[in-house]
Amino acid sequence: MSNEYVKNLERIANEIRRDVIQTARDCADGVHIGGSLSLAEVYAVLFFSAAKLDPNNPKWADRDRIILSKGHGNVGFSAAMAHRGFFPLEELKNYDKLNSMLSMHVDKHRMPGVEISSGSLGHGLPIAVGAALGGKLDQAKWQVYCILGDGEMMEGSNWEALMSGAHYQLDNLTAVIDRNMYSIDGPTEEVMSLEPLADKIRGFGWQLVEVDGNDVEQVLDAFNRVHDTGKPKLILANTIKGKGVSFLEGKTSSHFAHFNPEDADRALAEVKQNG
Amino acid sequence: MENETKKSQFVGKSSRDVFGKVLVELAEKDQRVVAVTGDLSGSVRMTEFKKRFPNRFFNFGIAEQNMMGASAGLAITGKIPYVSTFAVFASMRAGEQARTDIAYNELPVRICATHSGMSLGVGGATHHSLEDIGIFRNMPGMIVLVPADGVETAAMLRISLALRGPVYIRLGRPKEKTVYEQDFKYIIGKADILQEGKDIAILVCGGLVGHALDAADLLKDNGVDAGVVNVSTIKPIDKETIIKVAESTGAILTVEEHNIINGLGSAVAEIIAEAGIRVRFKRHGILDTFTTSGPYEDLHAYYLLDAEGIAETAQNLIE
Repeated sequence: MSNEYVKNLERIANEIRRDVIQTARDCADGVHIGGSLSLAEVYAVLFFSAAKLDPNNPKWADRDRIILSKGHGNVGFSAAMAHRGFFPLEELKNYDKLNSMLSMHVDKHRMPGVEISSGSLGHGLPIAVGAALGGKLDQAKWQVYCILGDGEMMEGSNWEALMSGAHYQLDNLTAVIDRNMYSIDGPTEEVMSLEPLADKIRGFGWQLVEVDGNDVEQVLDAFNRVHDTGKPKLILANTIKGKGVSFLEGKTSSHFAHFNPEDADRALAEVKQNG
Repeated sequence: MENETKKSQFVGKSSRDVFGKVLVELAEKDQRVVAVTGDLSGSVRMTEFKKRFPNRFFNFGIAEQNMMGASAGLAITGKIPYVSTFAVFASMRAGEQARTDIAYNELPVRICATHSGMSLGVGGATHHSLEDIGIFRNMPGMIVLVPADGVETAAMLRISLALRGPVYIRLGRPKEKTVYEQDFKYIIGKADILQEGKDIAILVCGGLVGHALDAADLLKDNGVDAGVVNVSTIKPIDKETIIKVAESTGAILTVEEHNIINGLGSAVAEIIAEAGIRVRFKRHGILDTFTTSGPYEDLHAYYLLDAEGIAETAQNLIE
């Protein structure tokens, strides 16, 4: 990938961060900020490089199917979709308002281009498995992408889905785990140990690609990596929760926050400096 | 002779056997039909489907949450999944997937659960499903159907293909008493007045419809004129017929193989109360208790859900 291509994706990731911070400031109750800041590079690469999409025709039959399992990652997800052209960026200003298009969890009834409503954890990967089976049945060329949080790997249903993805040899399925090391209550390894996560997933028969999830080049490489024959692929994206905002990074409290204007300005200045 | 030729091939067959047969018929007709189960393909009668359409059959093993979620995933790619497991697992183990993944997303998944009620008799309370109607009728957009016998099961399945949203079809295990002899076109939301009666009307669903008809005969011997209404669509329920019957009959008895809380009886009570109809009324079924185990027929007798038990309950209501 050319330097310019990577730089452009980094710029988009930075814009997603900016939009997430502004929404955390403008949305009265605050937003799930930490787990969207951690995913900015993944969202940028997915929507602007990896996935084949047509924002002007969101139901395009040959589109890749993106399933956001961590439905609370919607603030960054929405920003990425808006930048990609699915709806105006201004919609973020109405985040969480009554009946607005965008709110805490993705809703396919209100958001054009969303495949399925989600928010309850441990649901996305089973759905992605079903969608990948449907694609296989039709010998379709499109791929299925599923974005999971690391905390939701505590849900048994995800391990059921991992089993079935390998069993049905779904090499048209790519899952990404946002391994930011925190769930709501604190570090995952204190709440409920997930490690050794990579070994467990490999042991379930998946191709595992482990990368720095906040490094665009590595994320790009992970998405571009060809599937091992007959294996679903899982990108274990090691990320920093709250990435890009020094006073949020690696803090339990970054899970959900509201910014007063001063903190928002500090955060925006940091993001601008990085951009 | 004329009647003989019109007799449905499904008479005398259990609802789950008919499910297996009609599922193959639907799959022949429509490429989008897929069958999904969790290590129960024999029990839910998908063996023939699996043989005929191996590529369109998906076994998820003993993992019902994934099975239900993956059915939603198949549906978003344009498939029409018929997913089946025991009713107790479909409604509870995979209940949230049914509600959030399927109902909320308005997906055309057909949840056809077998072994409902106490039909896995000796299995006991862990395998009895006495909450499922209540659970599914609480999901917006979910159609809830409870066939009385094999013929009605076939009629429901045949119209299910064209439904836009999700449906729950509650199937049993052994064969039900015959209620219908001829194939017919099922109309969702239409209760069927099987016989009229001025003293009491028994509103009933599922395999107990046959028992209620027998109960009406017993009541007749005692000089009680009892009607029987098959309310096989629990949702959307037939308000009009229920109001008509409640207004023209001395008493209403609902009968179901389900907890009396939030099943057919509750649905009927809601309608009668909101319509302001003054009528003697009783919900009969499992009286909010965990059930014991035993042969199915014995359980029916034990919980007063056989013909004698229903007749006795009806008699008590009108006296």
